Amino acid sequence: MKIVALVKQTFDSEAKIALEGGKIGRQGISLIMNPYDEYAVEEALKLKEKNGGEVTVVTVGPDEATEAVRQALAMGADQGILVNPGTEDIDESTVATILAKAVSSLEYDIILGGFRAIDDGSAQVAGRVAEILNLPVVNMVTKLEADGGKAVATADIEGGSAVMEVPLPAVITAQKGLNEPRYPSMKGIMQAKKKPLKKMGLGDVSLDASQVAAKVKVLNYSLPPARAAGKVIPGEPAEAAAALAKALREEAKII
Amino acid sequence: MAKGILVFAEQRDGKIKKVTYELLSAGKKIASQLGEEVSAVLVGKGVSSLAGGLGEYGADKVYVIENDALENYTTDAYANVVADLVKQNEPTAFLLGCSITGRDLAAQVAQRLNTGLLTDCINVMVENGQIVFTRPIYAGKAIINAAIPEARPVMATIRPNVLPVDEPQAGKSAEVVNVPPNIGNVRITVKDVIRQVSARPELTEADIIVSGGRGMKGPENFKLLEDLADVLGAAVGASRACVDAGWVPLSIQVGQTGKTVSPNLYIAAGISGAIQHLAGMSSSKVIVAVNKDAEANIFKSADFGVVGDLFEVLPVLTQEIKKLKA
Repeated sequence: MKIVALVKQTFDSEAKIALEGGKIGRQGISLIMNPYDEYAVEEALKLKEKNGGEVTVVTVGPDEATEAVRQALAMGADQGILVNPGTEDIDESTVATILAKAVSSLEYDIILGGFRAIDDGSAQVAGRVAEILNLPVVNMVTKLEADGGKAVATADIEGGSAVMEVPLPAVITAQKGLNEPRYPSMKGIMQAKKKPLKKMGLGDVSLDASQVAAKVKVLNYSLPPARAAGKVIPGEPAEAAAALAKALREEAKII
Repeated sequence: MAKGILVFAEQRDGKIKKVTYELLSAGKKIASQLGEEVSAVLVGKGVSSLAGGLGEYGADKVYVIENDALENYTTDAYANVVADLVKQNEPTAFLLGCSITGRDLAAQVAQRLNTGLLTDCINVMVENGQIVFTRPIYAGKAIINAAIPEARPVMATIRPNVLPVDEPQAGKSAEVVNVPPNIGNVRITVKDVIRQVSARPELTEADIIVSGGRGMKGPENFKLLEDLADVLGAAVGASRACVDAGWVPLSIQVGQTGKTVSPNLYIAAGISGAIQHLAGMSSSKVIVAVNKDAEANIFKSADFGVVGDLFEVLPVLTQEIKKLKA
Protein backbone atom coordinates (compact mmCIF):
# COMPACT_ATOMS: atom_id res chain seq x y z
CA MET A 1 0.00 0.00 0.00
CA LYS A 2 1.36 3.39 -0.99
CA ILE A 3 0.50 5.83 1.74
CA VAL A 4 0.98 9.59 1.78
CA ALA A 5 0.83 11.62 4.99
CA LEU A 6 0.45 15.39 4.74
CA VAL A 7 2.03 17.25 7.64
CA LYS A 8 2.45 20.81 8.76
CA GLN A 9 4.89 22.35 11.18
CA THR A 10 3.16 24.56 13.72
CA PHE A 11 3.93 26.55 16.84
CA ASP A 12 3.88 24.60 20.05
CA SER A 13 0.41 24.78 21.55
CA GLU A 14 1.91 26.34 24.69
CA ALA A 15 3.59 29.09 22.68
CA LYS A 16 3.02 32.67 23.80
CA ILE A 17 2.02 34.76 20.82
CA ALA A 18 3.43 38.25 20.40
CA LEU A 19 3.38 40.69 17.53
CA GLU A 20 6.61 41.78 15.85
CA GLY A 21 6.33 44.51 13.26
CA GLY A 22 2.58 44.04 13.03
CA LYS A 23 2.85 40.31 12.34
CA ILE A 24 3.00 37.17 14.45
CA GLY A 25 6.47 36.97 15.95
CA ARG A 26 8.43 33.76 15.53
CA GLN A 27 11.12 34.55 18.04
CA GLY A 28 11.64 32.04 20.80
CA ILE A 29 8.81 29.87 19.54
CA SER A 30 9.34 26.14 19.61
CA LEU A 31 8.03 24.37 16.56
CA ILE A 32 6.30 21.02 16.49
CA MET A 33 4.50 18.75 14.07
CA ASN A 34 0.83 19.70 14.10
CA PRO A 35 -0.64 17.24 16.63
CA TYR A 36 -3.48 16.24 14.29
CA ASP A 37 -0.88 15.38 11.65
CA GLU A 38 0.85 13.13 14.18
CA TYR A 39 -2.35 11.09 14.27
CA ALA A 40 -2.21 10.93 10.46
CA VAL A 41 1.41 9.76 10.46
CA GLU A 42 0.68 7.17 13.14
CA GLU A 43 -2.28 5.85 11.15
CA ALA A 44 -0.13 5.73 8.01
CA LEU A 45 2.44 3.64 9.86
CA LYS A 46 -0.25 1.30 11.16
CA LEU A 47 -1.61 0.80 7.65
CA LYS A 48 1.89 0.03 6.44
CA GLU A 49 2.44 -2.45 9.24
CA LYS A 50 -0.80 -4.21 8.34
CA ASN A 51 -0.74 -4.06 4.56
CA GLY A 52 2.93 -3.57 3.74
CA GLY A 53 4.04 -0.74 1.48
CA GLU A 54 5.60 2.61 2.16
CA VAL A 55 4.82 5.93 3.73
CA THR A 56 5.78 9.23 2.12
CA VAL A 57 5.48 12.40 4.17
CA VAL A 58 4.83 15.66 2.33
CA THR A 59 4.93 19.17 3.73
CA VAL A 60 4.82 22.73 2.46
CA GLY A 61 6.79 25.23 4.47
CA PRO A 62 10.10 26.97 5.05
CA ASP A 63 13.30 24.93 5.24
CA GLU A 64 13.01 24.65 9.01
CA ALA A 65 9.86 22.57 8.49
CA THR A 66 12.18 19.67 7.55
CA GLU A 67 12.22 19.06 11.32
CA ALA A 68 8.58 17.99 11.19
CA VAL A 69 9.33 15.68 8.27
CA ARG A 70 12.33 14.23 10.13
CA GLN A 71 10.11 13.52 13.09
CA ALA A 72 7.74 11.55 10.85
CA LEU A 73 10.70 9.68 9.37
CA ALA A 74 11.92 8.93 12.89
CA MET A 75 8.49 7.57 13.74
CA GLY A 76 8.88 5.18 10.81
CA ALA A 77 7.90 6.89 7.55
CA ASP A 78 10.10 5.94 4.60
CA GLN A 79 10.72 9.16 2.75
CA GLY A 80 9.90 12.84 2.91
CA ILE A 81 9.26 15.75 0.60
CA LEU A 82 9.37 19.42 1.54
CA VAL A 83 8.27 22.08 -0.88
CA ASN A 84 9.36 25.55 0.10
CA PRO A 85 7.05 28.03 -1.61
CA GLY A 86 9.68 30.73 -1.15
CA THR A 87 7.11 33.28 -0.03
CA GLU A 88 5.06 34.03 3.05
CA ASP A 89 2.13 35.26 1.00
CA ILE A 90 0.39 31.91 1.13
CA ASP A 91 -3.06 30.72 2.06
CA GLU A 92 -4.89 27.41 2.15
CA SER A 93 -5.45 27.36 -1.60
CA THR A 94 -1.72 27.94 -2.13
CA VAL A 95 -0.70 25.12 0.18
CA ALA A 96 -3.29 22.71 -1.21
CA THR A 97 -2.24 23.46 -4.78
CA ILE A 98 1.41 22.77 -3.97
CA LEU A 99 0.66 19.64 -1.93
CA ALA A 100 -1.57 18.24 -4.65
CA LYS A 101 1.12 18.88 -7.27
CA ALA A 102 3.78 17.20 -5.14
CA VAL A 103 1.51 14.23 -4.38
CA SER A 104 0.44 13.81 -8.00
CA SER A 105 3.99 12.80 -8.90
CA LEU A 106 3.77 9.92 -6.38
CA GLU A 107 1.88 6.66 -6.43
CA TYR A 108 -0.74 6.60 -3.70
CA ASP A 109 -3.58 4.44 -2.43
CA ILE A 110 -4.51 6.66 0.47
CA ILE A 111 -3.65 10.18 1.61
CA LEU A 112 -3.84 10.99 5.31
CA GLY A 113 -3.66 14.33 7.08
CA GLY A 114 -4.80 16.03 10.25
CA PHE A 115 -8.31 17.45 10.00
CA ARG A 116 -7.02 20.83 11.05
CA ALA A 117 -3.84 22.52 12.19
CA ILE A 118 -3.62 24.05 15.62
CA ASP A 119 -2.23 27.35 14.33
CA ASP A 120 -4.69 28.74 11.80
CA GLY A 121 -7.31 26.07 12.46
CA SER A 122 -8.64 26.36 8.93
CA ALA A 123 -9.49 22.70 8.38
CA GLN A 124 -9.54 23.08 4.63
CA VAL A 125 -6.18 22.11 3.13
CA ALA A 126 -6.70 18.33 3.00
CA GLY A 127 -10.21 18.79 1.60
CA ARG A 128 -8.89 21.09 -1.08
CA VAL A 129 -6.16 18.56 -1.95
CA ALA A 130 -8.86 15.90 -2.41
CA GLU A 131 -10.81 18.23 -4.66
CA ILE A 132 -7.78 19.03 -6.82
CA LEU A 133 -6.86 15.35 -7.16
CA ASN A 134 -10.51 14.45 -7.73
CA LEU A 135 -10.58 12.10 -4.75
CA PRO A 136 -13.27 11.54 -2.12
CA VAL A 137 -12.53 12.90 1.35
CA VAL A 138 -13.69 11.81 4.79
CA ASN A 139 -12.92 14.32 7.52
CA MET A 140 -12.59 13.95 11.31
CA VAL A 141 -11.99 10.22 11.29
CA THR A 142 -11.70 8.43 14.63
CA LYS A 143 -11.48 4.86 13.30
CA LEU A 144 -10.09 3.61 10.03
CA GLU A 145 -9.84 0.32 8.21
CA ALA A 146 -8.33 0.29 4.76
CA ASP A 147 -7.18 -2.45 2.44
CA GLY A 148 -6.55 -2.72 -1.30
CA GLY A 149 -9.75 -1.28 -2.66
CA LYS A 150 -11.65 0.63 -0.02
CA ALA A 151 -11.61 2.42 3.30
CA VAL A 152 -14.22 2.20 6.02
CA ALA A 153 -14.01 5.20 8.32
CA THR A 154 -15.89 6.27 11.42
CA ALA A 155 -16.08 10.04 11.42
CA ASP A 156 -17.53 12.80 13.57
CA ILE A 157 -20.69 14.32 12.10
CA GLU A 158 -23.11 16.89 13.50
CA GLY A 159 -24.56 15.39 16.65
CA GLY A 160 -22.85 12.03 16.49
CA SER A 161 -20.75 9.87 14.24
CA ALA A 162 -21.13 7.99 10.97
CA VAL A 163 -19.51 5.00 9.37
CA MET A 164 -18.61 5.77 5.79
CA GLU A 165 -17.17 3.68 3.01
CA VAL A 166 -15.08 5.15 0.20
CA PRO A 167 -13.20 3.58 -2.67
CA LEU A 168 -9.45 4.13 -2.65
CA PRO A 169 -7.58 6.24 -3.37
CA ALA A 170 -9.13 8.69 -0.95
CA VAL A 171 -8.17 11.46 1.43
CA ILE A 172 -8.79 10.76 5.12
CA THR A 173 -8.31 13.37 7.84
CA ALA A 174 -7.57 12.47 11.43
CA GLN A 175 -9.51 13.59 14.47
CA LYS A 176 -8.25 13.21 18.02
CA GLY A 177 -9.02 9.69 19.22
CA LEU A 178 -7.91 7.94 16.01
CA ASN A 179 -4.81 6.57 17.72
CA GLU A 180 -1.97 7.32 20.12
CA PRO A 181 1.00 8.55 18.10
CA ARG A 182 4.21 6.70 18.89
CA TYR A 183 7.33 8.49 20.06
CA PRO A 184 10.32 8.15 17.78
CA SER A 185 12.79 5.61 19.18
CA MET A 186 16.49 6.41 19.41
CA LYS A 187 17.05 3.92 16.60
CA GLY A 188 14.30 5.59 14.58
CA ILE A 189 15.90 8.99 15.07
CA MET A 190 19.27 7.64 13.88
CA GLN A 191 17.71 5.93 10.86
CA ALA A 192 15.73 9.03 9.94
CA LYS A 193 18.95 10.90 9.24
CA LYS A 194 19.68 8.51 6.38
CA LYS A 195 16.22 8.37 4.89
CA PRO A 196 15.57 10.28 1.67
CA LEU A 197 14.24 13.80 2.22
CA LYS A 198 13.75 15.82 -0.92
CA LYS A 199 13.73 19.60 -0.64
CA MET A 200 12.06 21.32 -3.52
CA GLY A 201 10.94 24.70 -4.70
CA LEU A 202 7.87 25.72 -6.67
CA GLY A 203 9.62 25.16 -10.00
CA ASP A 204 10.40 21.55 -9.02
CA VAL A 205 6.68 20.82 -8.87
CA SER A 206 6.01 22.72 -12.11
CA LEU A 207 4.32 25.68 -10.49
CA ASP A 208 5.06 29.37 -10.62
CA ALA A 209 4.25 32.09 -8.15
CA SER A 210 1.22 33.34 -10.09
CA GLN A 211 -0.43 29.91 -9.86
CA VAL A 212 -0.21 29.86 -6.10
CA ALA A 213 -0.91 33.50 -5.22
CA ALA A 214 -2.88 33.73 -1.99
CA LYS A 215 -6.55 34.58 -2.44
CA VAL A 216 -6.91 35.60 1.19
CA LYS A 217 -5.20 38.80 2.27
CA VAL A 218 -4.61 39.46 5.95
CA LEU A 219 -5.27 43.12 6.64
CA ASN A 220 -3.97 43.22 10.17
CA TYR A 221 -3.01 41.13 13.18
CA SER A 222 -3.91 41.93 16.75
CA LEU A 223 -3.88 40.36 20.16
CA PRO A 224 -7.20 39.73 21.84
CA PRO A 225 -8.16 42.22 24.53
CA ALA A 226 -7.31 40.74 27.91
CA ARG A 227 -10.39 39.80 29.88
CA ALA A 228 -10.60 42.01 32.87
CA ALA A 229 -10.14 39.94 35.98
CA GLY A 230 -13.50 39.68 37.63
CA LYS A 231 -14.43 39.52 41.22
CA VAL A 232 -13.91 36.72 43.62
CA ILE A 233 -16.96 36.18 45.76
CA PRO A 234 -15.87 35.86 49.37
CA GLY A 235 -17.20 33.62 52.06
CA GLU A 236 -17.55 30.00 53.03
CA PRO A 237 -18.44 27.72 50.12
CA ALA A 238 -22.17 27.60 50.84
CA GLU A 239 -22.38 31.32 51.46
CA ALA A 240 -20.34 32.15 48.36
CA ALA A 241 -22.44 29.82 46.22
CA ALA A 242 -25.60 31.58 47.30
CA ALA A 243 -24.04 34.98 46.61
CA LEU A 244 -22.90 33.73 43.20
CA ALA A 245 -26.39 32.63 42.24
CA LYS A 246 -27.66 36.06 43.24
CA ALA A 247 -24.91 37.86 41.29
CA LEU A 248 -25.65 35.83 38.17
CA ARG A 249 -29.28 36.85 38.35
CA GLU A 250 -29.07 40.44 39.53
CA GLU A 251 -25.70 41.67 38.32
CA ALA A 252 -24.99 39.64 35.19
CA LYS A 253 -28.71 39.14 34.51
CA ILE A 254 -27.90 35.87 32.87
CA ILE A 255 -30.02 33.28 34.66
CA MET B 1 -21.30 39.95 -12.34
CA ALA B 2 -21.22 38.79 -8.78
CA LYS B 3 -24.24 39.83 -6.78
CA GLY B 4 -25.87 39.07 -3.47
CA ILE B 5 -25.02 37.34 -0.24
CA LEU B 6 -25.78 33.61 -0.19
CA VAL B 7 -26.13 31.74 3.09
CA PHE B 8 -26.07 27.98 3.61
CA ALA B 9 -29.24 27.18 5.58
CA GLU B 10 -28.10 24.29 7.71
CA GLN B 11 -30.79 21.94 8.96
CA ARG B 12 -30.72 18.64 10.73
CA ASP B 13 -33.61 16.24 11.04
CA GLY B 14 -36.03 18.84 9.73
CA LYS B 15 -34.96 21.63 12.05
CA ILE B 16 -33.10 24.75 11.02
CA LYS B 17 -29.88 25.17 13.00
CA LYS B 18 -29.58 28.37 15.00
CA VAL B 19 -26.39 29.36 13.18
CA THR B 20 -28.49 29.75 10.02
CA TYR B 21 -30.35 32.66 11.63
CA GLU B 22 -27.06 34.16 12.76
CA LEU B 23 -25.79 33.92 9.18
CA LEU B 24 -28.94 35.52 7.79
CA SER B 25 -28.67 38.44 10.22
CA ALA B 26 -24.99 38.92 9.38
CA GLY B 27 -25.74 38.51 5.69
CA LYS B 28 -28.49 41.12 5.87
CA LYS B 29 -26.17 43.55 7.63
CA ILE B 30 -23.49 43.36 4.97
CA ALA B 31 -25.95 43.07 2.08
CA SER B 32 -27.67 46.31 3.04
CA GLN B 33 -24.32 48.09 3.14
CA LEU B 34 -23.47 46.75 -0.28
CA GLY B 35 -26.96 47.36 -1.66
CA GLU B 36 -27.50 43.67 -2.34
CA GLU B 37 -29.96 40.91 -1.50
CA VAL B 38 -29.68 37.96 0.85
CA SER B 39 -30.58 34.49 -0.30
CA ALA B 40 -30.29 31.10 1.34
CA VAL B 41 -29.74 27.62 0.02
CA LEU B 42 -31.56 24.82 1.82
CA VAL B 43 -30.49 21.26 1.05
CA GLY B 44 -31.93 17.93 2.20
CA LYS B 45 -34.80 15.52 1.87
CA GLY B 46 -38.29 16.85 2.56
CA VAL B 47 -37.05 20.23 3.76
CA SER B 48 -39.11 22.58 1.57
CA SER B 49 -41.52 23.33 4.42
CA LEU B 50 -38.65 25.04 6.24
CA ALA B 51 -37.94 27.46 3.41
CA GLY B 52 -40.70 30.01 3.99
CA GLY B 53 -39.72 30.62 7.60
CA LEU B 54 -36.28 31.83 6.55
CA GLY B 55 -37.94 34.96 5.16
CA GLU B 56 -38.74 36.14 8.66
CA TYR B 57 -35.07 36.03 9.46
CA GLY B 58 -34.04 38.09 6.47
CA ALA B 59 -33.80 35.84 3.41
CA ASP B 60 -35.19 37.50 0.30
CA LYS B 61 -34.96 34.29 -1.66
CA VAL B 62 -34.53 30.64 -0.68
CA TYR B 63 -33.19 28.05 -3.08
CA VAL B 64 -34.45 24.60 -2.14
CA ILE B 65 -32.53 21.56 -3.31
CA GLU B 66 -34.37 18.40 -2.38
CA ASN B 67 -33.56 14.79 -3.13
CA ASP B 68 -33.60 11.42 -1.38
CA ALA B 69 -29.84 11.25 -1.90
CA LEU B 70 -29.47 14.38 0.24
CA GLU B 71 -31.08 12.91 3.35
CA ASN B 72 -27.75 12.13 5.02
CA TYR B 73 -24.97 14.63 4.52
CA THR B 74 -22.23 13.37 2.25
CA THR B 75 -19.43 15.66 1.20
CA ASP B 76 -19.79 14.58 -2.44
CA ALA B 77 -23.53 15.03 -2.93
CA TYR B 78 -23.76 18.29 -1.01
CA ALA B 79 -20.64 19.77 -2.60
CA ASN B 80 -21.97 18.85 -6.05
CA VAL B 81 -25.38 20.50 -5.68
CA VAL B 82 -24.19 23.51 -3.67
CA ALA B 83 -21.22 24.27 -5.92
CA ASP B 84 -23.55 24.07 -8.95
CA LEU B 85 -25.95 26.54 -7.38
CA VAL B 86 -23.18 28.95 -6.42
CA LYS B 87 -21.72 28.76 -9.92
CA GLN B 88 -25.08 29.58 -11.48
CA ASN B 89 -25.90 32.45 -9.14
CA GLU B 90 -22.45 33.99 -8.76
CA PRO B 91 -23.02 35.60 -5.37
CA THR B 92 -20.57 38.16 -4.02
CA ALA B 93 -20.22 36.12 -0.85
CA PHE B 94 -21.20 32.66 0.33
CA LEU B 95 -21.41 32.17 4.09
CA LEU B 96 -21.74 28.94 6.05
CA GLY B 97 -21.80 28.08 9.73
CA CYS B 98 -18.56 26.71 11.14
CA SER B 99 -20.23 23.47 12.17
CA ILE B 100 -18.82 20.07 11.27
CA THR B 101 -21.01 20.08 8.16
CA GLY B 102 -20.41 23.70 7.19
CA ARG B 103 -16.65 23.42 7.57
CA ASP B 104 -16.52 20.21 5.54
CA LEU B 105 -18.70 21.54 2.74
CA ALA B 106 -17.05 24.96 2.58
CA ALA B 107 -13.58 23.59 1.82
CA GLN B 108 -14.82 21.49 -1.11
CA VAL B 109 -16.95 24.25 -2.59
CA ALA B 110 -14.18 26.85 -2.18
CA GLN B 111 -11.69 24.70 -4.04
CA ARG B 112 -14.16 23.81 -6.77
CA LEU B 113 -14.85 27.50 -7.32
CA ASN B 114 -11.16 28.29 -6.98
CA THR B 115 -11.75 30.92 -4.34
CA GLY B 116 -10.54 31.83 -0.86
CA LEU B 117 -12.19 30.71 2.35
CA LEU B 118 -11.92 32.17 5.85
CA THR B 119 -12.78 29.62 8.53
CA ASP B 120 -14.32 30.09 11.95
CA CYS B 121 -14.91 33.83 11.74
CA ILE B 122 -16.29 35.73 14.71
CA ASN B 123 -17.24 38.93 12.95
CA VAL B 124 -18.00 40.26 9.50
CA MET B 125 -18.24 43.86 8.35
CA VAL B 126 -17.97 46.04 5.28
CA GLU B 127 -15.00 48.41 5.07
CA ASN B 128 -14.50 50.62 2.02
CA GLY B 129 -16.85 48.43 0.03
CA GLN B 130 -14.92 45.30 0.92
CA ILE B 131 -16.21 42.47 3.12
CA VAL B 132 -13.81 42.03 6.02
CA PHE B 133 -13.83 39.04 8.36
CA THR B 134 -12.40 38.73 11.85
CA ARG B 135 -11.07 35.37 12.92
CA PRO B 136 -9.04 34.05 15.81
CA ILE B 137 -5.85 32.17 15.04
CA TYR B 138 -3.45 30.28 17.30
CA ALA B 139 -6.41 29.06 19.29
CA GLY B 140 -7.56 32.59 20.03
CA LYS B 141 -4.16 33.89 21.08
CA ALA B 142 -4.19 36.26 18.10
CA ILE B 143 -6.83 37.76 15.86
CA ILE B 144 -6.74 38.69 12.20
CA ASN B 145 -8.86 40.82 9.97
CA ALA B 146 -8.78 39.46 6.47
CA ALA B 147 -10.45 39.85 3.11
CA ILE B 148 -10.62 38.12 -0.24
CA PRO B 149 -10.03 41.06 -2.59
CA GLU B 150 -10.40 39.44 -6.00
CA ALA B 151 -11.59 35.85 -6.05
CA ARG B 152 -15.38 35.38 -6.02
CA PRO B 153 -17.41 34.44 -4.25
CA VAL B 154 -15.86 35.58 -1.00
CA MET B 155 -16.31 32.54 1.25
CA ALA B 156 -16.33 32.23 5.02
CA THR B 157 -17.57 29.98 7.78
CA ILE B 158 -18.88 31.75 10.86
CA ARG B 159 -18.49 30.39 14.38
CA PRO B 160 -21.90 29.45 15.81
CA ASN B 161 -23.36 31.29 18.80
CA VAL B 162 -21.25 34.44 18.39
CA LEU B 163 -23.16 36.77 16.07
CA PRO B 164 -26.56 38.12 17.10
CA VAL B 165 -29.87 37.08 15.57
CA ASP B 166 -32.12 39.97 14.58
CA GLU B 167 -35.69 39.92 15.79
CA PRO B 168 -37.63 37.90 13.17
CA GLN B 169 -40.16 39.88 11.15
CA ALA B 170 -43.39 37.95 11.49
CA GLY B 171 -45.15 37.31 8.22
CA LYS B 172 -42.25 38.35 5.99
CA SER B 173 -41.88 35.65 3.38
CA ALA B 174 -39.10 34.68 1.06
CA GLU B 175 -39.37 33.82 -2.59
CA VAL B 176 -38.88 30.05 -2.77
CA VAL B 177 -37.07 28.67 -5.79
CA ASN B 178 -36.96 24.91 -6.25
CA VAL B 179 -33.72 23.88 -7.88
CA PRO B 180 -33.60 20.49 -9.61
CA PRO B 181 -30.59 18.73 -8.13
CA ASN B 182 -27.85 17.17 -10.15
CA ILE B 183 -26.50 14.82 -7.50
CA GLY B 184 -23.56 13.80 -9.67
CA ASN B 185 -20.85 11.38 -8.66
CA VAL B 186 -21.15 10.27 -5.04
CA ARG B 187 -18.25 8.11 -3.93
CA ILE B 188 -19.06 8.06 -0.24
CA THR B 189 -21.54 5.52 1.15
CA VAL B 190 -22.95 6.19 4.61
CA LYS B 191 -23.17 2.75 6.24
CA ASP B 192 -24.38 3.78 9.63
CA VAL B 193 -25.22 6.91 11.60
CA ILE B 194 -24.83 6.92 15.36
CA ARG B 195 -26.66 9.82 16.99
CA GLN B 196 -25.79 10.96 20.45
CA VAL B 197 -29.13 11.14 22.11
CA SER B 198 -29.26 13.90 24.67
CA ALA B 199 -32.00 16.05 26.06
CA ARG B 200 -29.44 18.80 26.56
CA PRO B 201 -28.60 21.54 24.07
CA GLU B 202 -25.57 21.03 21.87
CA LEU B 203 -22.35 22.48 23.24
CA THR B 204 -21.75 24.78 20.28
CA GLU B 205 -25.28 26.20 20.42
CA ALA B 206 -25.89 26.23 24.16
CA ASP B 207 -26.65 29.47 26.00
CA ILE B 208 -25.19 28.06 29.18
CA ILE B 209 -22.45 25.47 29.65
CA VAL B 210 -21.45 23.80 32.89
CA SER B 211 -18.00 22.32 32.52
CA GLY B 212 -15.83 20.16 34.74
CA GLY B 213 -12.10 19.60 34.97
CA ARG B 214 -9.61 17.45 36.79
CA GLY B 215 -11.02 18.72 40.06
CA MET B 216 -14.13 16.59 39.44
CA LYS B 217 -11.93 13.67 40.57
CA GLY B 218 -13.89 11.03 38.67
CA PRO B 219 -16.74 10.34 36.24
CA GLU B 220 -19.19 9.58 39.04
CA ASN B 221 -19.01 13.20 40.20
CA PHE B 222 -20.24 14.61 36.90
CA LYS B 223 -23.68 14.07 38.40
CA LEU B 224 -23.07 17.34 40.27
CA LEU B 225 -22.59 19.16 36.96
CA GLU B 226 -25.60 17.46 35.42
CA ASP B 227 -27.80 18.51 38.32
CA LEU B 228 -26.67 22.11 37.87
CA ALA B 229 -27.10 21.84 34.09
CA ASP B 230 -30.63 20.55 34.63
CA VAL B 231 -31.76 23.61 36.56
CA LEU B 232 -30.08 25.93 34.03
CA GLY B 233 -31.09 24.09 30.85
CA ALA B 234 -27.39 23.95 30.13
CA ALA B 235 -25.04 21.71 28.20
CA VAL B 236 -22.28 19.80 30.03
CA GLY B 237 -18.67 20.15 28.94
CA ALA B 238 -15.31 18.99 30.20
CA SER B 239 -11.64 19.83 30.02
CA ARG B 240 -9.13 17.70 28.21
CA ALA B 241 -7.90 16.14 31.44
CA CYS B 242 -11.29 14.47 31.98
CA VAL B 243 -11.38 13.15 28.42
CA ASP B 244 -7.82 11.85 28.55
CA ALA B 245 -8.62 10.13 31.84
CA GLY B 246 -11.51 8.39 30.10
CA TRP B 247 -14.16 9.91 32.39
CA VAL B 248 -16.18 11.52 29.60
CA PRO B 249 -16.32 11.25 25.79
CA LEU B 250 -14.27 13.44 23.47
CA SER B 251 -17.51 14.88 22.09
CA ILE B 252 -17.92 17.07 25.18
CA GLN B 253 -14.33 18.31 25.38
CA VAL B 254 -13.98 22.09 25.31
CA GLY B 255 -10.65 23.54 24.25
CA GLN B 256 -8.00 23.66 21.60
CA THR B 257 -8.34 19.98 20.68
CA GLY B 258 -12.04 19.88 21.43
CA LYS B 259 -14.98 22.15 20.75
CA THR B 260 -14.91 25.92 20.62
CA VAL B 261 -17.88 27.37 22.46
CA SER B 262 -19.32 30.85 22.99
CA PRO B 263 -22.21 30.58 25.44
CA ASN B 264 -23.67 33.47 27.39
CA LEU B 265 -22.57 31.78 30.58
CA TYR B 266 -19.73 29.30 31.08
CA ILE B 267 -19.32 27.76 34.50
CA ALA B 268 -15.91 26.13 34.96
CA ALA B 269 -15.73 23.79 37.93
CA GLY B 270 -12.42 22.31 38.95
CA ILE B 271 -10.78 23.57 35.77
CA SER B 272 -7.34 25.14 36.26
CA GLY B 273 -7.56 27.21 33.08
CA ALA B 274 -4.72 25.95 30.90
CA ILE B 275 -4.23 28.06 27.79
CA GLN B 276 -5.54 25.19 25.65
CA HIS B 277 -8.80 25.18 27.58
CA LEU B 278 -9.17 28.97 27.47
CA ALA B 279 -8.77 28.75 23.69
CA GLY B 280 -12.05 26.90 23.50
CA MET B 281 -14.18 29.06 25.77
CA SER B 282 -12.69 32.52 26.22
CA SER B 283 -15.26 34.03 23.83
CA SER B 284 -17.99 33.15 26.36
CA LYS B 285 -19.84 36.25 27.49
CA VAL B 286 -19.74 35.56 31.24
CA ILE B 287 -17.30 33.12 32.81
CA VAL B 288 -17.67 31.71 36.30
CA ALA B 289 -14.88 29.76 37.96
CA VAL B 290 -15.17 27.47 40.94
CA ASN B 291 -11.83 26.17 42.10
CA LYS B 292 -10.27 25.48 45.46
CA ASP B 293 -6.90 26.80 44.29
CA ALA B 294 -7.05 30.59 44.60
CA GLU B 295 -4.02 30.82 42.29
CA ALA B 296 -5.68 28.88 39.46
CA ASN B 297 -5.23 30.55 36.08
CA ILE B 298 -8.95 30.35 35.36
CA PHE B 299 -9.63 33.16 37.84
CA LYS B 300 -7.75 35.58 35.56
CA SER B 301 -10.41 35.08 32.91
CA ALA B 302 -13.42 34.69 35.15
CA ASP B 303 -16.02 37.39 35.68
CA PHE B 304 -17.08 35.72 38.91
CA GLY B 305 -14.99 33.39 40.98
CA VAL B 306 -15.58 31.26 44.02
CA VAL B 307 -12.53 29.93 45.78
CA GLY B 308 -13.76 26.76 47.38
CA ASP B 309 -14.30 23.05 47.12
CA LEU B 310 -16.60 22.39 44.18
CA PHE B 311 -18.12 19.46 46.06
CA GLU B 312 -19.47 21.96 48.54
CA VAL B 313 -20.13 24.83 46.15
CA LEU B 314 -21.96 23.10 43.28
CA PRO B 315 -24.82 21.51 45.27
CA VAL B 316 -25.58 24.80 47.00
CA LEU B 317 -25.36 26.71 43.73
CA THR B 318 -27.80 24.25 42.17
CA GLN B 319 -30.23 24.65 45.07
CA GLU B 320 -29.96 28.45 45.10
CA ILE B 321 -30.56 28.72 41.36
CA LYS B 322 -33.51 26.36 41.67
CA LYS B 323 -34.94 28.68 44.32
CA LEU B 324 -34.37 31.77 42.18
CA LYS B 325 -36.06 30.14 39.22
CA ALA B 326 -38.99 28.84 41.24
